[in-house]
Amino acid sequence: MIKEPMRVYLDNNSTTPCDPRVVDTMVPYFYQKPGNSASRNHPFGWEAEEGVDYAREQIAALLKVDPKEIIFTSGATESDNLAIKGVFEMYRSKGNHIITVTTEHKAVLDTCDKLTEAGAEITYLKVAEDGLIDLAELEAAIKSTTILVSVMWANNETGVIQPMKEIGDICEKHGVLFMSDATQAVGKIPTYPKEIGVHLMAWTSHKMYGPKGVGALYVSRKSPRVKVTAQMDGGGHERGMRSGTLNVPGIVGFGKAAEIARLEMHADAERLSKLRDRLEHELTSRLEECYINGNVNHRMPHVTNISFKHVEGEGLMMTFNQNIAVSSGSACTSASLEPSYVLVALGLGDDLAHSSIRFSLGRFTTEEEVDFAVEKLVAGVNHMRDLSPIWEMYKEGVDLSNVQWSEH
Amino acid sequence: MAYSEKVLEHFQHPKNVGTLDKSKTTVGTGLVGAPECGDVMRLQIEVDPSTQTIIDAKFKTFGCGSAIASSSLATEWLKGKTIEQALTIDNMDIVEELALPPVKIHCSVLAEDAIKGAIADYQSKIGIAVTAMAAAH
Repeated sequence: MIKEPMRVYLDNNSTTPCDPRVVDTMVPYFYQKPGNSASRNHPFGWEAEEGVDYAREQIAALLKVDPKEIIFTSGATESDNLAIKGVFEMYRSKGNHIITVTTEHKAVLDTCDKLTEAGAEITYLKVAEDGLIDLAELEAAIKSTTILVSVMWANNETGVIQPMKEIGDICEKHGVLFMSDATQAVGKIPTYPKEIGVHLMAWTSHKMYGPKGVGALYVSRKSPRVKVTAQMDGGGHERGMRSGTLNVPGIVGFGKAAEIARLEMHADAERLSKLRDRLEHELTSRLEECYINGNVNHRMPHVTNISFKHVEGEGLMMTFNQNIAVSSGSACTSASLEPSYVLVALGLGDDLAHSSIRFSLGRFTTEEEVDFAVEKLVAGVNHMRDLSPIWEMYKEGVDLSNVQWSEH
Repeated sequence: MAYSEKVLEHFQHPKNVGTLDKSKTTVGTGLVGAPECGDVMRLQIEVDPSTQTIIDAKFKTFGCGSAIASSSLATEWLKGKTIEQALTIDNMDIVEELALPPVKIHCSVLAEDAIKGAIADYQSKIGIAVTAMAAAH
């Protein structure tokens, strides 16, 4: 039996624990092998370079690409910036139009927004209620000045997976570069850019059981040969696209994480989708008025996003946050009081967005933990509904849309 | 962000959760906030008309921990106060008592509005001039 206080981590979309096998691989590179991989004239440098080269191969094998197509960065945010700003600067003479989606991560949206100051024109595609983009709308948005389409592989909040192959085909047909923020997908589901037609792909190590502070950008070298303008000046590392001494221990760990993912992700996905379905089934059958957000047939195997009507997410989390770690689409701590823009983009009312909880399971999640979380959630939702005036009104049959609310 | 001890105490053991009979003339109800904003507070008072003293107070709140704590504290403070005394409760008193961080000040504002709303409702029911309106935000 579980002894309290038990801590259950169901926030793996925020970050994953570093796999102990990854940590073991990294350790020698802090002290015994301290070299700079760019030092060409002594064995310390050579063994660091070997470590980096091997990691690059491990990562390339996960994606079925050439190791030379992997550019190491500090993480997905940097990779997104490098891809989008780098393409814009490199291909500015061909056009200034970029197409992206309203539900992208801020690292993409804010980067695109920033580029408008430099003369970029951005089209933001809307998504349907299930979180998917409309392919016809995408194709219609492409014009002669379009240089880049940027669509995330899987959404961080809902786990919804976009129709990547179809998007790749459209980009191919129109001769437009296709970039994807694949942070939530790499290492968890197959992400083969060459099969899909993705030319640039950004992601990070710490969401696939590797260490924090290291990420990568895949940049296609052949058909088409893509180049991005470096965003930092310096020693010209990473084929001139990303200067800065490489994070050798981090990269070695990232490589090991990629190797483990390549060998284990299918088994992990199968196990986790069963656990996720169990969590979902228990919650939705034991609690009234819960809604799953996003397309349930096109989503990541370890994620579910559920709105518990008439319960505010942050308050709900407070009932169990000593024991269960999850995320909420309610942003009561921000000055704007705006709920998740991703859920609002799916057409959820602000009230349901404020009532949402994201559960993201991971490699180390057990069935016992899921069952424990279910009990805590059911108790928490019931407690919050006992406290909720709008739940009481709903139960009395009051039509809440007719109530004169005093918005503040 | 960590919550203060007092917020946690009110959240875990909220005082005066419940519903008073809003059809009674001695009961005033204040309903403030909106589901779209992530906060709805309903605060009710029952007044002894002979002394103009609040003899009972109840709340229900949809919102974060700070919103629930602010309303729980408000009901505690209201009981035993006269209407006149109750009107002097300022949102900053709640901020101070619960050690609310700046991003949570709106929760205390909502509680003050709910108090004023409940008093105004009571006063209009018994046909006396409303002393204070909820501040507009």
